[in-house]
Amino acid sequence: MSEPTLSEIMTVTAARALKNTDVCFVGIGLPSEACNLARLTHAPDITLIYESGTIGTKPRVLPLSIGDGELCETATTTVSVPEMFRYWLQGGRITVGFLSAAQLDRFGNINTTVIGDYHNPKVRLPGGGGAPEIATSCGEIFITLKHSSRAFVDKLDFFTSIGHGDGPGHRARLGITTKGPTRLVTDLCVMQPNPDTCEFEVTSLHPGVSRQQVTEATGWPLKFANQVTETAAPSDVELDALRALKQRTAEAHEGA
Amino acid sequence: MAQIMELKEAIAENVHDGDFMALEGFTHLIPHAAAHEVLRQGYKDLTLCRMTPDMIYDQFIGMGRVKKLVFSYAGNPGVGLLLRFRDAVENAWPQALEIEEHSHAAMANAYEAGAAGLPCAIFRGYRGAELAEVNPNIKSILCPFTGEKLAAVPAINADVAIIHAQRANRAGDVMIEGIIGVQKEVVLGAKRAIVTVEEIVDDFGDVSPNAVILPGWTIDAVVRVPGGAHPSYAHGYYARDNAFYKDWDRIARDRDTFLQWMEEHVINAGPDAFGRYAGKGSR
Repeated sequence: MSEPTLSEIMTVTAARALKNTDVCFVGIGLPSEACNLARLTHAPDITLIYESGTIGTKPRVLPLSIGDGELCETATTTVSVPEMFRYWLQGGRITVGFLSAAQLDRFGNINTTVIGDYHNPKVRLPGGGGAPEIATSCGEIFITLKHSSRAFVDKLDFFTSIGHGDGPGHRARLGITTKGPTRLVTDLCVMQPNPDTCEFEVTSLHPGVSRQQVTEATGWPLKFANQVTETAAPSDVELDALRALKQRTAEAHEGA
Repeated sequence: MAQIMELKEAIAENVHDGDFMALEGFTHLIPHAAAHEVLRQGYKDLTLCRMTPDMIYDQFIGMGRVKKLVFSYAGNPGVGLLLRFRDAVENAWPQALEIEEHSHAAMANAYEAGAAGLPCAIFRGYRGAELAEVNPNIKSILCPFTGEKLAAVPAINADVAIIHAQRANRAGDVMIEGIIGVQKEVVLGAKRAIVTVEEIVDDFGDVSPNAVILPGWTIDAVVRVPGGAHPSYAHGYYARDNAFYKDWDRIARDRDTFLQWMEEHVINAGPDAFGRYAGKGSR
């Protein structure tokens, strides 16, 4: 088997963060890939939920949208979108929300709305969708995003959904009782919030990645935890499952 | 009471310039054929409401028919940005577009409040989210029992709702299966409702007593348009045409390419063009 790419290490590492007992609200793109990989490897009983109302879905291929037919056909049940957001998300049934971002800051706050001014944007992005409430209603949040100084910014152009706000206590002041972002997996490293400052710092570097590489790809003065380990390389089983999943997905979407 | 009629007639009788329209379908059952007929008949100054505007509203926006857009996620899911929407917001092409932007939770709650006859929806939302600062229709309310501060948004009551569904019977009752989105809420909250369906049957057969069925008396017009959701899909009939959603990125990228595509496939076409996607049983 060929060596894993950094993208593959990212997906495998993100997948490992999920537990077999988790009930996970899945964002489209990288989160969807990681969540389904977890289900196909160490977490076969994980409950995956997409905002289209599909609960306990087990897609054979990755969906292109959050509402592909495959999600509904393989789900335990499919509920209406109002029920999804009211009973299941707001009702506190979700242990983990898995998100991605266009821009992310050091406190795990996310922008997916605009680059530039809201009323006169340089680039108009899709907007928040489910994220503003996913970010506050899920037990905790995992984020996965490729490292670049354009994405990892010193200051967000827009505050689509809250991470740790401006630091310790911000979530509590807004009446939010959930943990917020606890883990960030990129194609270079794993980051976790410092327990005292809530600022994301590097806790493990992927094999072959240097501190300088990560620092240069981060738009804020990056900090490293006291103990920085090396991310465990993907096993053959994980890599095999991921490659097969991506292969099946590519074939299915091209053949549509 | 639902009348079973032709698409042209259903749109002409129920849609007007300046209407507040909601064409719904959460990825699934998006009423593309009906949207094309609205575009052919030339209605303008529309306020369009939809959680995920996607390709269907990109077409209205690029054709200059939309005054205002109410939405919660304006992307081409899994593909990228919504390029005609982008051009309107960033460059006012072909005209300026007023936007009212929400989260999914807010819009789902607002549709439900519309169906429930309430003036507003109340939910635990928008905490720490900047949309609350740029959208004056996002307010808050204190729970009279606990004092908890909750978000409030106005109910959605469209002038006209349009959805697609799998089947209707001869009485005009409509049955919806699969990802049901806000199909029921948008219809029950609207003044007028049009439903396009894959087929009209004598009876629905052996279905669960809890099947999602909108009685004919909640609908104004039922129209048979096989394939009418393409490139979205109809569970049990045909799959989502993901390759076409990817191709939309190319079509919508350039103004002239977009206009040519619209001329050929929408303005000079008719609902029968959707029939080739209908193939029952392909999924």
